[in-house]
This record gives sequence, structure tokens and C-alpha cells, in this order.
Amino acid sequence: MKTFTLGGVHPEENKLSADKIIEVLPLPEKVYVPVSQSLGAPSKVVVEKGAMVKTGQLIAKGESFISANVHSPVSGKVVKVDDVIDSSGYKRQAVFIDVIGDEWEESIDRSPEIVSEITADRDTIIKKINALGVVGLGGATFPSHVKLMVPDGKKAEYLLINGVECEPYLTADHRLMLEKGEEMLIGISILKKALGVSKAFIGIESNKPDAIEHLKRLCANHQGIDVIPLKVKYPQGGEKQLIKAVVNREVPSGKLPIEVGCVVNNVGTALAVYEAIQKNKPLIERIVTVTGKSVAKPSNFMVRIGTPVSTLIEAAGGLPENTGKVISGGPMMGKALTSLEAPVVKGTSGILIMPAEESKRTQVLNCIRCGRCITACPMGLEPVLLAQLSENLLFERAEAERIMDCIECGSCHYTCPAGRPLLDYLRLGKNKTGLLIRNRVKK
Amino acid sequence: MSLLTISGSPHVHTQQSVKSIMYGVVIAMIPAIFVSVYFFGIDAARVLLISVLGCLFFEWIIQKYLIKGPVTINDGSALVTGVLLAFNVPSNLPMWIILLGALVSIGIGKMSFGGLGKNPFNPALVGRVFLLISFPVQMTSWPMPKALFGEGITDAITGPTTLGILKEGLDAGKTVQEIMASPTFPGYVNDLMGAQAGSLGEISALALLLGALFMLIRKIITWHIPAAYIGSAVVFSGILWMVDPTQFIDPLMHLLAGGMILGVFFMATDMVSSPMTARGQIVFGVGAGLLTIVIRVWGAYPEGVSFAILIMNAFTPLINNMFKPKRFGEVVKNG
Amino acid sequence: MNETIVFAVISLSAIGGTSAVILYFVAQKFKVIEDPRIDIVNEKLPGANCGGCGFAGCRAFAEEAVKTGDLSKLNCPVGGNDTMKDIAAVLGLEPEEKEPMIAVLRCSGSRVNAPQKVAYEGASSCAFAHVLSSGESGCPNGCLGLGDCVVSCKFDAIYIDDTTGLPVISDENCVACGACVTACPRSIIELRKKGKKDRRIFVSCVNTEKGGPAKKNCAVACIGCGKCVKECPYEAITLQNNLAYIDYDKCRLCRKCEPVCPTSAILELNFPPRKEKAAEAEKVDGPVTEG
Repeated sequence: MKTFTLGGVHPEENKLSADKIIEVLPLPEKVYVPVSQSLGAPSKVVVEKGAMVKTGQLIAKGESFISANVHSPVSGKVVKVDDVIDSSGYKRQAVFIDVIGDEWEESIDRSPEIVSEITADRDTIIKKINALGVVGLGGATFPSHVKLMVPDGKKAEYLLINGVECEPYLTADHRLMLEKGEEMLIGISILKKALGVSKAFIGIESNKPDAIEHLKRLCANHQGIDVIPLKVKYPQGGEKQLIKAVVNREVPSGKLPIEVGCVVNNVGTALAVYEAIQKNKPLIERIVTVTGKSVAKPSNFMVRIGTPVSTLIEAAGGLPENTGKVISGGPMMGKALTSLEAPVVKGTSGILIMPAEESKRTQVLNCIRCGRCITACPMGLEPVLLAQLSENLLFERAEAERIMDCIECGSCHYTCPAGRPLLDYLRLGKNKTGLLIRNRVKK
Repeated sequence: MSLLTISGSPHVHTQQSVKSIMYGVVIAMIPAIFVSVYFFGIDAARVLLISVLGCLFFEWIIQKYLIKGPVTINDGSALVTGVLLAFNVPSNLPMWIILLGALVSIGIGKMSFGGLGKNPFNPALVGRVFLLISFPVQMTSWPMPKALFGEGITDAITGPTTLGILKEGLDAGKTVQEIMASPTFPGYVNDLMGAQAGSLGEISALALLLGALFMLIRKIITWHIPAAYIGSAVVFSGILWMVDPTQFIDPLMHLLAGGMILGVFFMATDMVSSPMTARGQIVFGVGAGLLTIVIRVWGAYPEGVSFAILIMNAFTPLINNMFKPKRFGEVVKNG
Repeated sequence: MNETIVFAVISLSAIGGTSAVILYFVAQKFKVIEDPRIDIVNEKLPGANCGGCGFAGCRAFAEEAVKTGDLSKLNCPVGGNDTMKDIAAVLGLEPEEKEPMIAVLRCSGSRVNAPQKVAYEGASSCAFAHVLSSGESGCPNGCLGLGDCVVSCKFDAIYIDDTTGLPVISDENCVACGACVTACPRSIIELRKKGKKDRRIFVSCVNTEKGGPAKKNCAVACIGCGKCVKECPYEAITLQNNLAYIDYDKCRLCRKCEPVCPTSAILELNFPPRKEKAAEAEKVDGPVTEG
């Protein structure tokens, strides 16, 4: 079975909610929709305080090339446009909406019928994806239309669909492949058409045999889409690792996947593309796994964007008594929340609740130079050296040692027997080195 | 509810810790400990006990009263050093020499550089070489072990090690074949099982290999250093042996006699003083293998493992700098 | 035996002598002619190589001073006026007086004033904690207390107070080199005039949130009410982004602003107790608060 070659670790999988059918979460009473939910420039609010909005109505417009539209996930009244405290405790502009009823925009096709015929042409597809606010749902939330516009001189050969879900605990993509497989495959065909490629691969780790089986069967009816089972290894869901695993090409340092003729999209994105093109539905809801060893009812929910995290936790049986940490995303790359009132955004793939005894880090000891972080690094870097360099503020040398190649997967910190916060320092170093590079470019 | 914790990802951590690694090494040394006690009797246990307690005591007293920092004697690293030091000395060594060795190992070899993780050289080897140079007589009078399946301890009799016999014989103008044919020569089977004169831990290649297997399975060590070390030693000694089998010892004897297996698996693989990248580890192993044979064949001492490893330890920072891991996206392969 | 010693002494002496001759000629040949004043200026400098002057070290500063022959743009914050006077004397220039400065911490978000809301774990680096989240108190601008400033200080002038969790800057040791100002990811530390008898008044807060949210996280946050702006007779206080700022060039240390601040965000340092000026203070209407 295929996998990537360099590094990687095997954290405990703990897929507690793998067999839980996706439940539609009841509408919350109010939502806070952050205006900027994707990479790139923030979008501009186009509704005013007191306005009535319908589900699917545009509320913030992306104004630059790399930015995405935001649509109202509910119908109701705009209470205010103000700052909301986001998951990291900083303020972000958001639209506060009180939910009234559930009235959708007329243009959206809400019937359960599957529309399999693709009538839209390439330009329409890209325009629509842009207009309906579709972004990468794997976590990085890169606006999808940008990925589909292959730069001049480059050619896309393969479309890779990321169904790896290598993060422990998370099962949102797994359930999506099982329950929305047909829609997703149509979405993939649409993406293929937009890119003008004839071949698409869906990479799935072998710990999801049911999804592999199911999609293989469905693929029989879809030309040029293959399911590729992959050996379980973290971080296979990383874009560069997935390309290496599936088509055995290495994206050069500092370059995008298109350099080796590949475009990678998440399974969730494929579904969002299907809904946008065939059903006119903007990206206003997503599947979120709520899980954790202490959680009463680990679940997969279909959630409207902007729903407070606390509402999701309530629906999964409430916050356990001994909670020490609440993470947005998976345990390897997720972000610890400072407040449970933070809203679900387009990039929220899961809410992981960790009991207090598991959320403490181990004691930090002297580095014993065992080199396990180097062995584990999927990018072939030396985390121990890079962490030292950034701790000592030697960012020029860190740049020469390719700190900017770090994908922040956390394998180094995971594997360190001395419990050193390697990734903390790497992040700091990346941040500062990035600044250094930008300043140099400006000059 | 207590306060929520905020920290950077990852939020999960492997079960392996410094402690588990160190105690894993200790577990891997248990077979060799049994073998040494079997062949050398209660004396071996005495040396082990003094060495271990000495190392723990010196680490404790230095951390507590000299550095005045946290005491970490329960992390197992001093224990490993203690056992390794005992493994590297003869079983009839006087107590005060062992304690001096423990003091040099821990005090100079490790703590003077800042403790675990900061030492450039393997602490046990620093202690061992210090003793070897300071007390050459005591350090090279090896008690004879009892016969492989025989009875009775031959307490007072001392004799040379396998390599010592060979070296002496060759210096006296005999051929390898003549020396190996003599009835007092231990031979391959005895060397494998441990019935040879020598330091506590190095006598039985089999027991050490058993421990090495455990460490490899538990992923405490990787194959790079041992494979490169043994590979280069075998190739180099093999070439010499093919040139003149009467003057040079065959590769198998090189492996089984002396501290080769002990050094390869338990001391060259010491993480602190060996390179961190796979490429670097291979270079380190090859270098140590070559040096070992060079010292054994042309050096004044019959044994070369300790010196070879210490010399390569000195090169470790350089190797770390020169042999970077293979970077992702370094070589662009299409297809 | 004796022969050996004699031979060793003679041969070593010979080697030594030959080397000395070679070295002498090499030194002559490759001599770098340098302005001798650089060495003299360098000796006058404190020699801490702190970089507070903007150069790589004291030597670089000395080279620049001698090369340009102009001290108006140069200043050694560590040595202060005395050193600059010495250097000016060496170079035959008129010394310029510069007001001594000191680093000031503009945050009073101690553990009591800004209670902990979440627990941070990880690298003890303010720069990283700043990137990760708003911090334990929830204030997005407040001091994180992980000591990047302490690490940056080469003069042992900063330490973290265990009870408040905030850095303390020592009046005696601080030389206003500005290393901590650059090190602080939240720009909390500022260089201000040291003031007569070390007396200083400043707004000890850099939070730009509106009054409500600011007050929610910290009892002594500046809420941008503007009372001090109105009170100041010298127009030294400005209000921007819900935050008051006292311009140290305009401030005359009249102490009128401090009593009117509803959250005690304005700090007075090293002033005598208010009672002496009680009459004046009462005129300005305001409770007497400790500095």
C-alpha cells in the first residue's frame, strides 16, 4: 500500500465517532458570523444593523483576488456588526444575527434529488465557486476558486482528493464519504472539468475500509476517478505528503502543488462544490465532529457556520466535569480554545474535548539529542536545530535551514521523549523569519 | 470546572519518554548482567552494585550541592552509566577505583558539561578510559571465568583476554592459526557464550545481542549505527584477513572477542553523544568501525572500541553539521 | 639526561626565535593603519556591546563616531551624558546634553487586577504566546509575563515579580538601551524621560479596546473616558483608539491627571505622598489615590 516516505508518526487513532451518522443540529438562537473566514484579505460587510437576512444571502463580500464571500447561514435579523472574540481570544469583526424561522434564498435548490448532469462550463464553475464562498475545508481555508485558476505556463495533470483524515479523533470526512459519496463524486467531476484534467485520485487511509469499499463501488459510474487506499501514517493529509503518497512526486521547497501538476482538494470541498454548482447553495454549513474520551455522546453534526461551540458541546451531551482543554480541530494540529462562545467557522473540522489529566503537557527536560524529531519530520528538517535557532533569535540561519518548509504538523513535538515544545519555537521562528523575508522583499 | 488550558498543537504526546528509554536500556542489559554474575560470581555483582550506587550518589550530590538545581537521578541515565561503567571493568577491581571511575564518569564526563544531554562524550567511556590510563595494571588483570558448563570459581587466577592472547602471540612472532590452536585459547563458542576473560559485560556476545534485539524492537535504538559499525569493521578486517590470514585476525573473531558487541549496541548508540540524522549515524558507525580495527591491529592496546567511540564522539557535532537529513522536495522526481 | 634538557631548550628557543622574526615581518607587511582615536573612543565606551546605540557593538560605534566626526546623531544610552562628553572631548567637538531616559512598563495587569481566565502551557516566550492567543488574562494588549524583556536585558535591570506576574524595571540598572522595547511583542515597554528625581507620570495601559471589554479583563485598564485629557492644563495628553497617552515632552508633572482617572490607569512614580499638596489636589476634585 502506498504512503509518503519521509518521517511520520503513528498517534493513537481514537476515532470514537466513526460509526455515528451525521445529525443535523437544530438551528441555534443566534449566530456570530466572522467576516474573515478564509486565508487572504478580510471581506467587507454588505448588510447593516437591523436588516433582515435570508439563509444563503450574501453578508460580506470578498474584495481582493484571494478572499471569499460570506453568506448568512440562517434567516433572521442582523443585531449588530461588532467584534467577536475568536478561538484564540483576539477580536474579529463578525455579523451578529438573531435567528428567526428558516427562510432560504429562492435560488437555492433544497430538494434531496441528486443532480448528476454537469451543465456549467469552466468559467461559470469558477465564478460560481467564488461567488458562493467555497473555501478549502481541510483546515487551511484557502479560497477554492484561486486553486482552480491554473497560472499561465503550468498545467494540471491530476486532481487529488484528500479523504485521508489522518488527524486522530476526527471523523467528519469519513462520514461525509460514506453518506454523501455520490454528491462528492459529482463535485469531483465538476472540479475535474474546471481544471481540465482527466484523472482524479481519492486518497483514503486504510483505517476507513468501509469508505474505500463504498467509494470504489460508486466510482464505477464515474469516469477517471480512482480510490487510492493509503497506509495509515500521520501527516498523510498534508498536501505535499498526499501528493508524494499518491503520485510519488515531491513539491519543491517553497512551491505550490501545481508545480508538479497536481491540485489537491478536500472531500468536504468537493461536496461544497457540488452543492454550489448543482444546487446554488453557498457554503453555510459543514460537518463538525464533536468528540473526546470524556464526551457522553461523540457525534458528527451538520452545523450552520456561526453557531457557538458551546451549542455543539451541549448537543453532544454537555461539557464533561473534568474538562481541561477544548480544541478546535484535531489533537495534532488543532487550536486550543480560550472561550467556548467562539463560533464555528468554515475551517472548523471538529471540536475535541480533552480531560484535565490528558491536557497537561509532560515536563520539559534537557534535549538528549536522540534525533527522533528529525526521524519524524515529514519535511526532512531538523526540528531540534530550528527550535534552538529560533529560541536564540537566529532567524537568518533558521531560514537557511529551511524553517519555512515546516508544515506545523506537530510530529516533532509529539515524538520528543524530553517533551520539549519544539513546534512552539518552530512556529515562533516561522513567524519571525516570514517577517524577515517580507521586509527584505519590500526593500 | 478548572481553567481551560491553552497551548500550541500538538495536544497529544507519545508514550516514550527519557525515562522509558533509559530504563529500556537497563532492561536490555539484564541478560549480560546475568552472564557476568554466572561467570565471575559474586564479584561481578559487587562491581555492578558499587558502580551503580557510586554513579547515582555522585549525580545526586553534584546536582543537589554543587549545581543546586533539580535532582534527576531517577531519570535512569545515571543508572545506565553505572551499569555500563561496571560492564567495562574487570570484576576484581578494588572498590576505590570503581568509585573513582564513577566520579569521573558522572562528574567530568557528564555534569561538568551541564548534565544529561549536554555531554559530548559517552560518560561511561570517559570513566573507563580514565581508569585504563591511570591504573593500567588493575584494569588489565582479568580474572578467569569458570568453564562454560563447569563448576567452581577460579578466584585468584588472572589471565589475558582473547584479544590480549592474540596480540601477545602476534607480537611474539606466532601466526594467528598457531595461537588459536593452543588449548588455553577460548575459541568462537566460548566467546559467543561468555566463557572468556575480560570486562564484566563484554564477555558474552549472545547475551548482548539479546539485549540489542530488545532495544531494536522497542525502537530505543535504530539500526543505522550498529549496522554501519559492524559492517565497516567486518569489511576492513576482512580485507586485512584476506591479505594475510596468518597475521590478521578473521572478522568473526573481531566481532566476538573484546568489547565490540557491547560498544556497538550499547555505547556507540548513546543518543547524546552520537549524531542525530540517519546519514550522520552511518558515517559515525563507519568511522568507529574503521578506527576500532586500526587501533586493535596497529595500536598499543589490544582493545580499541572505547577509543574509537570516544574519537567519533568528538566528531559528532561536525557530522551533525555536515550530514543533513534528506529534505523533502530536494530532488524533484517526476513519474 | 642533561643533554636532552639542553637540546630541548636550545631547539625550542630556536623555533621560538625564528617564529618571532617571521611574525614581526608579517605584522609589518600586513599592518592595517587605523585612526588611533578609535581605540581611545572605544575605551571611553562602557564596553557592554548592548547595541542600544543602533550599532553592532561599542567598537562599531567608536568607528562611526571617528569616521563621521559628528556626534549629533550618535548617542550611547548606557554611558549617558558623561560618556558622550568624554568622546566629544577626544574628538574635539562640543558636547550635547541629552535628557536621560528609562524604560517604563505600561501595564498594570497583575494577577489581581487582571485575573487568569485560561492557563497557558508551552514555550516560555512572549512572542509565541502572543501569536497563539490573547493570553491568560484575556487582554489582547496586556503583559504576558513570560519574560522576553528579561531575557533581552543585558544590564540585569528587569525581573518578573512573582506575586504580580509583571516585570519590574530597576531605576538604577536600566540604561535605556531599548532592547526590551524591541523584544516585547506587544509594545508595552516604552522609553520615557527619566524625570527629575526619577519622577514620572504615565498611562500604565496600552489596551485599545472600548471601555466595556477592556474593563472586563482588567480592573485598571484605560477605558478611554478622556477625563485626563480635559484635566491636563498643558495639552500633554491625547486620546487615540480608546487609549490615553501622556507626551513626556509636554508633561510638566503637575499630577492633576492621576486623581481623575476612574480606573487608576495613570501611574505616578517616586512622588512624595499627596498630603503635601493636599490643598491643590482637592481643588481638582478627586480622591487621593496611592501612586
